[in-house]
Amino acid sequence: MQRVPVLKLGDVLIVSIQIDLEDQSVLALQEDLADAVVDHGARGVIIDITAVEIVDSFIGRMLATIAGMCRMLDAQTVVVGMRPAVAITLVELGLSLGGVRTALNLEKGVALLDHIRSATP
Amino acid sequence: MTGEREVVITSSADVVAVRQLVRSVAIEVGLSLVDQTKIVTAASELARNALVYAGGGDVRILVVENGHRRGLKLIVTDDGPGIPDLELALTDGWTTGNGLGLGLSGSRRLVDEFDLLSGPGKGTTVTVTKWAR
Repeated sequence: MQRVPVLKLGDVLIVSIQIDLEDQSVLALQEDLADAVVDHGARGVIIDITAVEIVDSFIGRMLATIAGMCRMLDAQTVVVGMRPAVAITLVELGLSLGGVRTALNLEKGVALLDHIRSATP
Repeated sequence: MTGEREVVITSSADVVAVRQLVRSVAIEVGLSLVDQTKIVTAASELARNALVYAGGGDVRILVVENGHRRGLKLIVTDDGPGIPDLELALTDGWTTGNGLGLGLSGSRRLVDEFDLLSGPGKGTTVTVTKWAR
């Protein structure tokens, strides 16, 4: 099983998914991220899915779970880089990822986190 | 290239293998990027269902033709406990596992043709087709 690395930049954690996600890798990422948020006292998490070709219900649920889990650990999550074909497919599949914040790219994701933080000091 | 390709599913790594193989056949058949994404996503759902509910199964990938149109057909089979109530199983949100209950119902929306054959003790076979436009 391949693990997805978690990078730290200030008080933000960045995860860029560059592998074809196996279910075990998805579960490992959830645990690694929860640990990393607590260990580093991170306030924000950015998950970059630019390279992800499909998001099925399992991966979609993982994104929602991570967002919920991080919120409970006092960190905000933004998913960035979703491909248009992935967005179309997800909605048709029946997953709208209601609780997950998204931004078009990493730059906009960082700006969104800054904005959220200035709104809720 | 035509002909049939098959992946035996015994672990979650095989689900990834199914996705990769379906993607390459979808490109070969001439599906658009959105349609490739839909059929690969459906394949992932169905292959995982076989793994989670039946402990494994197999996926056959075929190139099919209808007049001048080409398409990709997937036949996902398992020898698991089967589905007692097919209509219920195709309802959004219904699940006996701990999933979201979107695997079957969601896959049906992502493809052009969908056929579900199952019964208690008879295993399950799902056949789906996506046509190039």
